[in-house]
Amino acid sequence: MREVAVVGVGMTQFGMSEKTQIEMFSEAAMDAITESNIEPRDIQALFLGNGLGDFEEGQMNLAPMCAADIGMPNVPATRFEGACASATVAMRNACLWVASGFYDIVLTGGTEKAMAMGTPMATRTFAMGSDSRYEGFAGITFPGAFGMAAHLYSKKYGIPLQKLKEQMAMVAVKNHKNGVLNPKAQFRKEITVEKVLSGVVIADPLQLLDCCPFSDGAAALVFASVDKAKELTKKPIYIAGVGQGSAGPLYTQKDFTRIRARESAVKQSYMQAGVGPKDIDLCELHDCFTIAEILATEGLGFFEFGKGSQAVEEGKTSLNGEIPINPSGGLKAKGHPIGATGAAQAYEIVKQLREECGERQVKGAKIGMIDTLGGDLATVCNMIFRR
Amino acid sequence: MEYKLTYSKYKEALMSGKFCGLKCNKCGGYTVPPKKVCMECSSEDMDVVELSARGEIKTYTVIRVPPEGFDAPYIVSMVELDEGPWVMGNIVDLDPDKASMELIGKRVSIGHKAVKGDKFSAGDGVALAFKLEG
Ligand SMILES: [Zn+2]
Repeated sequence: MREVAVVGVGMTQFGMSEKTQIEMFSEAAMDAITESNIEPRDIQALFLGNGLGDFEEGQMNLAPMCAADIGMPNVPATRFEGACASATVAMRNACLWVASGFYDIVLTGGTEKAMAMGTPMATRTFAMGSDSRYEGFAGITFPGAFGMAAHLYSKKYGIPLQKLKEQMAMVAVKNHKNGVLNPKAQFRKEITVEKVLSGVVIADPLQLLDCCPFSDGAAALVFASVDKAKELTKKPIYIAGVGQGSAGPLYTQKDFTRIRARESAVKQSYMQAGVGPKDIDLCELHDCFTIAEILATEGLGFFEFGKGSQAVEEGKTSLNGEIPINPSGGLKAKGHPIGATGAAQAYEIVKQLREECGERQVKGAKIGMIDTLGGDLATVCNMIFRR
Repeated sequence: MEYKLTYSKYKEALMSGKFCGLKCNKCGGYTVPPKKVCMECSSEDMDVVELSARGEIKTYTVIRVPPEGFDAPYIVSMVELDEGPWVMGNIVDLDPDKASMELIGKRVSIGHKAVKGDKFSAGDGVALAFKLEG
């Protein structure tokens, strides 16, 4: 397998957009292509993440439309769907096709227009990530699944629910604080623990500000073999490791404070990269809900199981903490256009490793990681980047 | 080999008051809800059995912002069956505003509740209905 590098990245503003999924992706893609010092005709394939385009705009087979919009109508263009992990699954495949030697330069990323659906329809379609036969008829939602995870966590580790809720609120406060420093973030406003704890309840014990928003947006990256990358850019960012894991429906996972799909994925990522959690300088991970960030920091090995909530309280995950988590503002503040989310995480890590992040720059960052979760904890895909 | 306990057969049995799952002839493990192979050992050699329909609450949430087609609030819970597997359903005999961490560890009996389908659901469905014991 050859080594693969990122040579260019692009990302739209996240939030509500008047543009279509194709238009948003094209903007991000052309920025990535321009930054890579190539033309669309130099690209050999498109690997596109998209979750719910069918429901958002009635658009199936989105990838060829996206390819045509940027002047590469005849290359193999494929949509990857892994719920909220769609883009990372697409990027992993893009990486492996270049690593295999089949392609030298590919375009990857994702796009989503979730805000077009409105909350009831969006909640319905997001819930399609559950087992539609054996869970869906119970009316489960994504906040509901993570609400159940929070209650499990509180019980399992003997952390009183009110205490855990305060620690969860600190995740939201931190990510909003980071989001203020990110011009592309959907929310650029600081919040307080009190404000989180006084929000309307979405699914017990999760309140409004424990939850990421619905969002529109797109992000794109150009991947190339290392030989090509060195010709194209002075600042290639290398993909050191990739991993993907699955788990069945939520009920098969039993104690889902431990997310087995993540544990399987990250083992692959660390092994390929030849590093461990202590070597990671910063991480963009899947904080779809505040409790989800806590579970992820444990599953990735940054903290022991049951210690993640305390680590937030101690500031270990802050921008200047021992392992900065979600310097971009995360899904919580930056926004969560599901099919684009993983690509936006990678965009942030690449920018950080190139030291282009201004006020939210993690100083001296050399190794960064992304981690994206899809469905009822059924897909987790992560990637490790180094400069 | 033919799929032993399809959703359609599972639903039909549940609607007539029988909560069924699969018991493995190789390892003795239970697979509930049904799958093609045993969740423990991957054997296809399983029989359809009626379950005890009892278990213990492991966690819960109260859905207050529902998907289109559902009326909130309602309680969703995961229950560990006496046979071992976990299942998802609704706690139906408790006011959602009275739900608390005290629920975890409580025993339930398991019935069913018919659920109307929507344009995405390929017909009507059924959910497990949990009732607190004693
Ligand atoms: Zn078996």
